[in-house]
Amino acid sequence: MTVLNNEKTISIYNNSSNPKAYPPGKHVLTGNQSAAIGAFLCGVQVIAAYPITPQSPVVEELSKFVEDGELSAEFVPVESEHSAMGVCIGASIAGARVFTATSANGLAYMCEQLHWASGSRLPIVMGCVNRAMAAPWSVLNDQQDSMSQRDAGWIQLFCRDNQEIIDTVIQAYRIAEKVYLPVMVCYDGYILSHTVMPLEVPDENKVKKFLPPYIPHTPIDINNPVNINPVTLGEPRYNANGVLCHGYMEHKYLHHKALRDSLNIIEEVDSEYKDTFGRSAGGLFSLYKTDDAEVVIVCAGSLSKMNILVVDMLREQNIPIGLVSLRSYRPFPNQKLSAALKNKKLILTIDKSLSYGYQGPICIDVKSCLFEAGISSIVISFIAGLGGRDIKPYEIAETAYDYWNKFLNNELNSENIYESQWINCKY
Amino acid sequence: MEQYKEVSNFFRNYKKDNIIQIRWHGRGGQGAVTSAKILAVAGFLSGYKGVTSAPFFGAERRGAPVIATTKLSKDVICDFSQIDSPDIVVILDNTLLKSINITQGLKPNGWVILNTPPQFEYDFLHNHFNFIRVNATQIAEEAGLVYAGIPLVNTPMLGTFLHVLPNIDFSHIHRALEQFFSPKAVSKNFDVISRVYKECIVEKSETHFQELQQS
Repeated sequence: MTVLNNEKTISIYNNSSNPKAYPPGKHVLTGNQSAAIGAFLCGVQVIAAYPITPQSPVVEELSKFVEDGELSAEFVPVESEHSAMGVCIGASIAGARVFTATSANGLAYMCEQLHWASGSRLPIVMGCVNRAMAAPWSVLNDQQDSMSQRDAGWIQLFCRDNQEIIDTVIQAYRIAEKVYLPVMVCYDGYILSHTVMPLEVPDENKVKKFLPPYIPHTPIDINNPVNINPVTLGEPRYNANGVLCHGYMEHKYLHHKALRDSLNIIEEVDSEYKDTFGRSAGGLFSLYKTDDAEVVIVCAGSLSKMNILVVDMLREQNIPIGLVSLRSYRPFPNQKLSAALKNKKLILTIDKSLSYGYQGPICIDVKSCLFEAGISSIVISFIAGLGGRDIKPYEIAETAYDYWNKFLNNELNSENIYESQWINCKY
Repeated sequence: MEQYKEVSNFFRNYKKDNIIQIRWHGRGGQGAVTSAKILAVAGFLSGYKGVTSAPFFGAERRGAPVIATTKLSKDVICDFSQIDSPDIVVILDNTLLKSINITQGLKPNGWVILNTPPQFEYDFLHNHFNFIRVNATQIAEEAGLVYAGIPLVNTPMLGTFLHVLPNIDFSHIHRALEQFFSPKAVSKNFDVISRVYKECIVEKSETHFQELQQS
């Protein structure tokens, strides 16, 4: 059987170098530029995307690379996000390395195709530039969009700064093509996507060594047409060639198992990345001053970078506080996370999204992983920064200080425990 | 309660002076966002380890008031929140003074950098802040730094920063411009920046000038 496009994969790797404007080394770039350069360095062959704020500059940058002849990729302009993911699915099945990006309502519009991509076990990498979901209409940042797609069967990795975006895009292809699952690289709209900051652009030659060419799990052959993803019944059954094939449930078991197994792969890839490029992008989660901490903040995205400052200021006030920055939200690192949170008296989760009708999604998962490990720390759910509401470091510090004192004085009441606490909500 | 107030103040002022905060006011289309970015790049090249620049997140239209920000720091910047107490405000269009409070949150010895025709007086700004004024519109027009019939005033204002931020020099500005424009455009912009540097009128209070140098 021949693999379509495999030749193209190899030839791209032979010809490429860093983009002219972004040679290896330090640059001051936006998060969107960082994502686009990451995709470039991975030698993506097909890009299909529909513009939406704050994602648009990612694909603008990539389309420029293609137009200038720097990146020999197929850029497919499409009429919607649903079609964008459709093109990515087709191209990925055909053996191409593909990239797309979207935000908020665009991601929601893609919803059906997200399940097709993950169910087909395609290693598509997508930038999800986190933005609030309408209604009411908002173009500003929170994380409701990716959290709402938590159960689409994708790997979801959150980035703390623009360096982690480029590093995570490169790692994402490595992870995706190893476990045959799509990866969503989530980064905060505007706060990262439109903010420039210094970052190191890796050398394309090193990326090439780190990331071997993509080999599709089911090569397709024009001379031997097959039906991919036919109707699959509940029970296993024989196909036309007399081969016993999985039922729907076996497929889903394997899909889920791949996600659970990817916990190890995400860690391995990050540690190998560190060996090659000299820096980690945060593994499954990263810890800051947690060793002797009695109270710990758990959050994801750019907020966890800002909370480094918050932990420092609280430490100077003798509050025994630490920080867990969650990078891998799906798969959820329940076992390792609960081990890291063992012996902590108070856990403060901060979500930039809500599971409407209950609490913040990160909070819910943290509580669940503590319960299964038999840890009975008090967990408090905080909601902050919805729809672009600015979050100041002192607001988080005051909140943590306040709740730690309430804890010490036995003043936490059922309202604090059973309901999410809203930071800087002016209602 | 008193103790809590003290702690709260500690949090609010924590390492606040480690970051030089710059707020740009312009009108949609004047390029405030671009010049805020160029300043961040020049700052990085001059040795600031932490730099960020961001547009004020909102819906922008041509002609409407627009805000962009630049932060410069010796350390990596972790605080991504918006600027509320700038050290420097830059105003690309003096007509903005009528409609918005451009000195809002400005530190007591902060800098106001204003592009303005020469005939206006700004006693309030003179008396309360370090003040730089320059007719960048005229300089840009004379030098032919004009796009679609409108003189460009965003990059020219970078020339004024050489009086305020001693770490940044012409070579950093030049190298930063190279990352944004073609060689021809770089040299045109650079000429205007040099003229703005020479022709702007600087009225500074020595104390704050030294503070910025140290941070």
